Amino acid sequence: MEKLIRVENLKKEYTNDDVITPVLHDMSFSIAEGEFVAIMGPSGSGKSTLMHILSFLDRPTYGLYEFEGRDTKKFDDNYLATLRNERVGFVFQSFNLLARTTVLDNVKLPLIYSKKGDHDELAKKALESVGLSHRLNYYTNQISGGEKQRVAIARALVCDPAVIFADEPTGNLDSKSGNAVMHILQKLNSDGHTIILVTHETDTANHAKRIIRIRDGEIISDEKVQNRTIADGERDLVK
Amino acid sequence: MDLAITTKLVFRTLLARKGRSFLTILGIVIGIAGVIIIIALGAGAKSLIIGQITKLGSDLLSVQPGKSNEKGPPAQLFGIVITTLANSDADAIRESGQVPHAKAVFGAVMGSVSVTWQNRTIDTNFMGTEYSMPQVINIPIASGQFFSQQEGEGNANVAVLGATVVDELFSNTGVNPVGQVIKVRSASQTEAGGIPLRVVGVTKKQGSSLFLDLDDQVFMPLAIGQQQLLGIHYLRAIDIKVDSPANIQQTINDVTNLLKQRHHIRTEADVDFTVRNIADAIDILSTVTSALSLFLTSMAAISLIVGGIGILNIMLATVAERTREIGLRKAVGANNSAVRNQFLLEAGTLTFFGGIIGIIIGVVASYLISLVMRYLGYDWAFVVSLGSVVLAIGVSILTGIIFGLYPALKASKLNPIDALRYE
Repeated sequence: MEKLIRVENLKKEYTNDDVITPVLHDMSFSIAEGEFVAIMGPSGSGKSTLMHILSFLDRPTYGLYEFEGRDTKKFDDNYLATLRNERVGFVFQSFNLLARTTVLDNVKLPLIYSKKGDHDELAKKALESVGLSHRLNYYTNQISGGEKQRVAIARALVCDPAVIFADEPTGNLDSKSGNAVMHILQKLNSDGHTIILVTHETDTANHAKRIIRIRDGEIISDEKVQNRTIADGERDLVK
Repeated sequence: MDLAITTKLVFRTLLARKGRSFLTILGIVIGIAGVIIIIALGAGAKSLIIGQITKLGSDLLSVQPGKSNEKGPPAQLFGIVITTLANSDADAIRESGQVPHAKAVFGAVMGSVSVTWQNRTIDTNFMGTEYSMPQVINIPIASGQFFSQQEGEGNANVAVLGATVVDELFSNTGVNPVGQVIKVRSASQTEAGGIPLRVVGVTKKQGSSLFLDLDDQVFMPLAIGQQQLLGIHYLRAIDIKVDSPANIQQTINDVTNLLKQRHHIRTEADVDFTVRNIADAIDILSTVTSALSLFLTSMAAISLIVGGIGILNIMLATVAERTREIGLRKAVGANNSAVRNQFLLEAGTLTFFGGIIGIIIGVVASYLISLVMRYLGYDWAFVVSLGSVVLAIGVSILTGIIFGLYPALKASKLNPIDALRYE
């Protein structure tokens, strides 16, 4: 499998009023296309910072980050925006859908900033893959939390990204809706999408194929999941 | 991100907050409406004054009894009766050869009078004047003619009626006033009867004027007005038409020298008359109008700045309120300029529509004002220049862009991570 992400001696420090706070120390790992990786750690461990760097929302202070074989250090801010648009999809804990806006328009949002044509068709296809074709014209305040997160997944998918980042995607959901979301992520992964899941819950992390555990900015383990949980969310996907 | 999609997005956002959008642009609406109204009023006032110039003739000089300082009103306005201007002064200006550029001259007296025709009586104004008056002041005749030199100098019992007088005296009778005999009686004459005058002409309606209402007037030979109606032996005014506007200053000097000589005046303090140049007076009025409208326009422009600060405020609040949305947009691929343009376009769209609404209100208000002015009898033009409309639209969009720039830049520079975490 091709290497999608390669990180070598990655460090991140925050400078605030001349006080340097190191967040990530000397991380090295790589992620191949088609993997389903959970980055796990307690709060304050640096897992969110790592995800922000990997998803081009932030830059490392030192070290190498290669994406699809290219060193990201040379990319300017506009190109990072383009990468976020074309190569990366986001699923957030708190959904981050636009209020007073329909499901369809929410999914179309990334397309506004892309060069892709036929927004309606792409958005409908993405919504179909998360089982929400019947909710196209609903407003986001008219659907359930689980459905909101599925809209967010459709939005992450719509530009056909190389990797989907899911930051605590089940954190605001009940177990049944959470299960449905994990099921969709697993299904997307089996369809070939690379997924990077950030979580502090072992139960959720066990849905992935590989877990990178970090604590205090350092990787403490990186191993395959032995007894992988397979989410059975099929019932929730049926109309 | 193309403009069509951005525009659609902006409209949706603004329409979702109709009430707030409207309140946001209220300052701009008021400012633009103010500018439009003031520019229209200025243009209307100017056209009114220019209308007066053409009616009176800009090459007109007027000599009035009594000294007054340059810009002040004539002493007569204060009720002071000055008797120094004589009929012979008018003759001297006309005939002495010392005022070579005087093309036509007339002396006049004015007063109020009762006019009776059959059993109808009205009160109006009269002018005892000379036959040469129409050569100095344009008096269009509707029927008949102005009295002749022979009638004027012979003090014939003739009269020319203004259009308003005809309307009131002969209304609904179908009688042609020309040839009819009216009787005039001054306010001081108490005995019945009055002086019979044969109507020889009727003037065309001219509309009222800031200076002189020629419609509500009975014109008669000088001596009839002066001696028989008023019982005086002096003139209230001598009006002079100069052959060319270029010779006005020369003529003022000539008239002044001639009258000083005739009145045996040696020092400036003793001067007992005033020579006025109507074009100058109008110039002053015109300058005052322009200065006033410039002043008022700048007041309105200040209200635009205040409106712009309102926009700045609301846009800053909007950016703060939509921090998460901005973070999300950036996360899904919006670059800084796309975010900046979205908010700039929002501010520009707001103020553009503020400008449009302001223009509509301003134009309607200016039109209503012109209707009122015309109803009051002024020859008031409804002028809204394309220039002022274009200026207003330009200024309103510019206001939006200038005052929207800072919030838009602020939005574009938000760090997406912080923005997404913002509660």
